[in-house]
Amino acid sequence: MDWLALLQILDSTLRLATPLLLACLAGLFSERAGIFDIGLEGKMLVSAFLAAAIAAVTGSVWLGLLVGTLGSLLFAAIHGLASITFRGNQLISGVAINFLAAGLTVVVGQYWFAEGGRTPQLGQGQRFEQLTLPFAAEMRDIPVLGTLYAEVISGHSILTYMALLAVPLSWWLLYRTRFGLRLRAVGENPAAVDTAGISVRRLRFAAVGIAGLLCALAGAQLSTAEPAAGFIRDMTAGRGYIALAALIFAKWRPWTALGACLLFGFLQAVALRPALFEQTLGFRIQGQLLDALPYILTVVILAGFVGRAIPPRAGGEPYVKER
Amino acid sequence: MALDTVPAATAVPAIELRGISKAFGPVQANKDITLRVMPGTIHGIIGENGAGKSTLMSILYGFYHADSGEILVAGRPTRIPDSQAAIRAGIGMVFQHFKLVENFTVLENIVLGAEDSGLLRPSLARARRELRSLAEEYELEVDPDAVIEEIGVGFQQRVEILKALYRKADILILDEPTGVLTPPEADHLFRILRNLREQGKTIILITHKLREIMEITDTVSVMRRGEMTATVRTAETSPVQLAELMVGRKVLLNVDKVPATPREPVLEVENLRVVDAKGVERLKGVSLTVRAGEILGIAGVAGNGQSELLEVLGGTMRATGTVRMKGRPLDLTGREDARDRRDAGIGHIPEDRQAQGLILDFAAWENIALGYHARDAYSKGAMMDQAAMKADTADKMARFDVRPPDPMLAAKNFSGGNQQKIVVAREIESGPDLLLIGQPTRGVDIGAIEFIHKQIVALRDAGKAILLVSVELDEILSLSDRIAVMFDGRIMGERLATQTNANELGLLMAGVTEGAR
Repeated sequence: MDWLALLQILDSTLRLATPLLLACLAGLFSERAGIFDIGLEGKMLVSAFLAAAIAAVTGSVWLGLLVGTLGSLLFAAIHGLASITFRGNQLISGVAINFLAAGLTVVVGQYWFAEGGRTPQLGQGQRFEQLTLPFAAEMRDIPVLGTLYAEVISGHSILTYMALLAVPLSWWLLYRTRFGLRLRAVGENPAAVDTAGISVRRLRFAAVGIAGLLCALAGAQLSTAEPAAGFIRDMTAGRGYIALAALIFAKWRPWTALGACLLFGFLQAVALRPALFEQTLGFRIQGQLLDALPYILTVVILAGFVGRAIPPRAGGEPYVKER
Repeated sequence: MALDTVPAATAVPAIELRGISKAFGPVQANKDITLRVMPGTIHGIIGENGAGKSTLMSILYGFYHADSGEILVAGRPTRIPDSQAAIRAGIGMVFQHFKLVENFTVLENIVLGAEDSGLLRPSLARARRELRSLAEEYELEVDPDAVIEEIGVGFQQRVEILKALYRKADILILDEPTGVLTPPEADHLFRILRNLREQGKTIILITHKLREIMEITDTVSVMRRGEMTATVRTAETSPVQLAELMVGRKVLLNVDKVPATPREPVLEVENLRVVDAKGVERLKGVSLTVRAGEILGIAGVAGNGQSELLEVLGGTMRATGTVRMKGRPLDLTGREDARDRRDAGIGHIPEDRQAQGLILDFAAWENIALGYHARDAYSKGAMMDQAAMKADTADKMARFDVRPPDPMLAAKNFSGGNQQKIVVAREIESGPDLLLIGQPTRGVDIGAIEFIHKQIVALRDAGKAILLVSVELDEILSLSDRIAVMFDGRIMGERLATQTNANELGLLMAGVTEGAR
């Protein structure tokens, strides 16, 4: 494998890891507060659709992102209402959101654009362009580090950089602020929070809201920042579930979440280049098998082959006040 | 009984409740409660389970809202709509089940909800300083950086007290604080409470243990069925009088029994060893014998191998060594299970009735049949005879005074004492030759304790063998004929109940033997 091919793979790794990372952090906030969120997938899908649709119609990708965010937050609010206010089953609520999103996006898409549930391809200005970071051109010729900076780090959408920034920000919020302490506490023992005189409901809604926001960014990355920008049906393709697997792999921590999502991104990037495998290994691997790699890893992780992961203790349980 | 001998109102009460009432659906948990707690005193509130003590204190802490009535804090009428308001009014509460975040440090738990600002660092630093001075002032040493799940319950309780003090509580409510503590830990807690009283704090102690009330309180209020039946000075009352006020009739505090007439050995245990999943040896060669017609009591601080002993004999844990039941060796390798043990004539009242003794969502009749459901009396061919089970349950409930006597009611809807009576009825009535009993009266009210003790003694007098495990030394001393003390997986010594006392047993429980003394 040559140096250039490696650079290309690393570059796609970062691009493909972006929606995973954002969704993973969304799940992290929600689950750390004790609310399971199977509905990451659905929220990403809603945001992806609305962002692309609004960008196509108005020509403004930022307006698209705003409306996509509102859509994702609305779905987050539904999840909150079902699982916090009415103490419903969080898994069922999440699954319902996924079905609702998968159906609505296609139906509304067909009604608006009549292209079989797709949105029109987004042109210049209607999508998030690749940003060239400062000094990228100048540093290109410095061996290794300079090249890495210019070819891998530089040249992504603003959403990728937001995702990368979200990692230290999440860590700081969770471990260095009052809000983070309370959020983590409510996912472990809501009764401790309640008896301290803090509203369990408000904290959990805040967490679910943050999850909605991050899912919105993840969805927008898929439909407005990929090379062929535009929405197609079910374009999240299970990324919400892969993000949940990455979350378990990362043991519900922000920095390890970055690592886990980069690993999944790497596998997806590799799967895009079957020729490279043939070249380095000397034999052909079935393309479908390569495509399945991230999902196989997901199964392996969920089967618990990566050591014991202890989830937040109050996860999945509605809080009921008791003596 | 009317309110009598209320302490003279020389000062303004720290807490005054006037006409507090609270109903949960049709159940009147608190009925027109009036209570005055004087500042700088330890005020006990005693009553049976379900008398309404915890409900009353939860109202005071803003966890529940009273339907009617008034709360005065230091003479001022105060509304307490939530816990934050209670904290502001200077009221702190230590719940029976701690409200701590298990994987947080002590410091984080103390700061939670009482942070100074949006950033944690300054709050944690201040809490660390404050904690040091509180520790010195009140004998409340804890390591601020220890993680809660890695420290003992005694320390966890101190963290709860520190939480309240850090929030500047002047009035501290403790709900059944000694339920989870060993005797030395309870002694330490009482020293802390006396210390707090000397510093001018007011303490409300909720308990159902008469001994604690007599030992530490200045004033005691008695509750029965949601009503405050009396408030008296502790110095002017007696355990017998308090028990009568609690239950509403005369109660025998000591077990009435004739000397035992032990006969042939029923259970013979030799060199029993258990290694747990972590590779720790929990039983290190235990040998004992229980004879027909006697009660062998196992004394010891919780966690010294008693639970493992019961589980091995009850058929739910593997071990090595030999156990003979009426001369026949029992299998210890896991091939025989709890049902085989029952068929061998061993009844078992497990230590934790809610986890091991009952299925809480099942009706009383299903729980009464549990484990014996395959017996002929409950069967019609291959089918269960539900009618027979229900009729039998109604009969047992009547004879064991289970209230309410409704076979269709789910086990979780009975009080702790009545749940235990269901388990006791099931195991005693199955006609065992040997009855294993773990903590028979944990969380059970006085009236039910008296009843359960009588049943155990009656079974002994009927010539059955009984192995009794209890962490309550009083219970061991009053029920047993012979007493074996367990410490660190070993039997430290055996004594005849008539020839020993709490002091001698206490030393054995701490692992001190004659040679070392």
